[in-house]
Amino acid sequence: MIRTPLRPLARVLKARQTGENPDAIERENIRLRHEEMRDRSRVRAQGRLLVLSVFFLGAFMTVGLRMGHLAASEPTEPQARATSSKIVAQRADIVDRNGRLLATNLETHALYAQPPIMIDKERAARELVKIFPDLDEKDLLEDFIGKRKFLWIKKKLSPEQKQAVHDIGDPGLLFGTREMRLYPNGKLASHILGGAAFGREGVHSAEVIGVAGVEKRFDDFLRDPANDGAPLRLSIDMTVQAAAERVLYGGMKLLNARGAASVLMDVRTGEIISMVSLPDFDPNIRPRPPTEGEPGDSPIFNRAVQGLYELGSTFKIFTAAQALELGLVNPSTMIDTKGPMVYGRHRIRDFRNYGPQLSVEDVIVKSSNIGTAHMALDIGAKRQQDFLRQLGFFDPTQVELTEAPGAQPLVPRQWKDISTMTISYGHGLSASPLHLAAGYASLLNGGTKVKPTLIKRDAPQRGPRVVSEQTSKTSATMLRKVVTKGTASFGEVEGYHVGGKTGTADKPLTNGRGYYDDKVISTFASIFPAHDPKYVLIVTLDEPTETSGPKPRRTAGWTAVPVASEMTRRMAPLLGLRPEIAPAEPAKVTLTSN
Amino acid sequence: MRGFLYVISALAVVALAFWAYQQNYATQQALREVRGLQNHIATQRSRLAVLRAEWAYLNRPERLRDLAEINFDRLGLLPLMPDQFGVLDQVAYPQQDPLPITNPIETRAREGGEQTPDGEVQLP
Repeated sequence: MIRTPLRPLARVLKARQTGENPDAIERENIRLRHEEMRDRSRVRAQGRLLVLSVFFLGAFMTVGLRMGHLAASEPTEPQARATSSKIVAQRADIVDRNGRLLATNLETHALYAQPPIMIDKERAARELVKIFPDLDEKDLLEDFIGKRKFLWIKKKLSPEQKQAVHDIGDPGLLFGTREMRLYPNGKLASHILGGAAFGREGVHSAEVIGVAGVEKRFDDFLRDPANDGAPLRLSIDMTVQAAAERVLYGGMKLLNARGAASVLMDVRTGEIISMVSLPDFDPNIRPRPPTEGEPGDSPIFNRAVQGLYELGSTFKIFTAAQALELGLVNPSTMIDTKGPMVYGRHRIRDFRNYGPQLSVEDVIVKSSNIGTAHMALDIGAKRQQDFLRQLGFFDPTQVELTEAPGAQPLVPRQWKDISTMTISYGHGLSASPLHLAAGYASLLNGGTKVKPTLIKRDAPQRGPRVVSEQTSKTSATMLRKVVTKGTASFGEVEGYHVGGKTGTADKPLTNGRGYYDDKVISTFASIFPAHDPKYVLIVTLDEPTETSGPKPRRTAGWTAVPVASEMTRRMAPLLGLRPEIAPAEPAKVTLTSN
Repeated sequence: MRGFLYVISALAVVALAFWAYQQNYATQQALREVRGLQNHIATQRSRLAVLRAEWAYLNRPERLRDLAEINFDRLGLLPLMPDQFGVLDQVAYPQQDPLPITNPIETRAREGGEQTPDGEVQLP
């Protein structure tokens, strides 16, 4: 690099000659040099800025492109990592309280046809009818020959059927994979499970949606991938449910009943261990809702939840318990039972004349309508309503079934004194057996409200207090006496100290005016063991008749009670309850004199 | 010296390229293997689901009840009843075998403490 001298001699001499200031030359040169240096550094800085901006542009472009790619491309699972996902089906399993399968999925195939690529349509139609006898050859052939380009033939195929269709060998008969909901236990717990059906259908897959029962109620839960395939655990015990269905079916047939329902519930947790409604159905082939006749006669009608019946004298214990709780009576207070009791133009009768007076305990034990009506009048309509509302008889049960919210109990629109009296012994208010089970559980578990549930729980429910512990205990003792010396004498099961209350209610006429003479709903609401209630069992029979005697008998004591007792005998051991001797009364001092 | 460095770096590039090429193929191979394994796991899972369904189907209470009834002669199975619960007191203690005798002693007594043929005196 050649440095330009700041004071070039030639110019300095020249300047001296002309009398100019030579310093000006030096300043001028310094200025030029500085300008040059400034230009150089500016170029360098500009170059650096350019490089930096190119770098940043590149970096941001990379980020932007990557984002665009992520947004636009199909998501794929990371390949290199082992997936921990256990989901194999689009719908989770349903299991019972011990983890045994109640509902699962099975892969199957659907058969469809594409007529344009079929070769021998007549033969295909003929062969298909041989495999599926329910198809019509003529219709099938019409579809094949017609303008249709695509048609479904069968929604679910067994592997054997699939092989047989393969053997036809027509290229126009094709298969689409399907996931099928399978209930391996057949009719077991059919009303609880409900059923499932295909929703939106494509060629390669179809949506499975729940149509009733817990399948519909928990549809979102069962299809939620975030659960990672975790099954839905119900409170049902499969073994107990099977035993209950078997015994109840036998009882229903023996007593020529049209239908039957039973509910077994844990009094502390509110878990429904078994719930049966007969007649039942197979959820694998769920029947369609009936279009004619009474909906209550259809097998898909859940009598235990949807069936609203006047539950009869089983309500008397609520009246007695409330009277005890309010301090109006104690178990040995004498109540007027002189009959018939006339109120306005209504007459209240007892099944038999029980004399002028009975103690509260005997009113329950002998099931006196008049005695209960007197107690209800003392309580009053307002307080009675409040109490029944607390026990849940005014609202649908909150059990996890789609059918439950529809079962709104029928209460009188105007609650007159006569309603108070009739409802005190269970007439004039219709509720489902499940309502009754929840009411009994709340009253007898020590007096705190429980809500029935179908989901397994580990801890007891701590609901608001309904009655005091003392009232709860006294009520249980009274119910025990109904079995030992009252109307439910067939209900005794050695070792389990069953207590309970019978109820026989005449069925209302279908036109709503009055009641049938020879058709009853007989109910037995029981608890066991009575000294420390653990389970409540409700058995309801629709139109039972016991014909072993000279006259047909329909009261619950002859119909529902023996069935319930057999159910208790079968179910209690399965629940792990050991038969035991009731704790003896504490020794009393006996007064003697000699 | 400089030439030597060039050669060395050229060799290093070749070696690295070879290594990267190998790694690339090894990765692809591993991914293929993973894919295969995942497919295998998926098939096994669905097979397990089918087996579970079949197990549940074969163990449905209705079938077991029928089987118990058919084979009643051989098995004699009855529904569980309350009287089948026992109390611990009802269970007998196992009979204990007497302890083995390791050094037998002849204790058979003869009257009057007479002599045995061996010349020993038996105590009464």
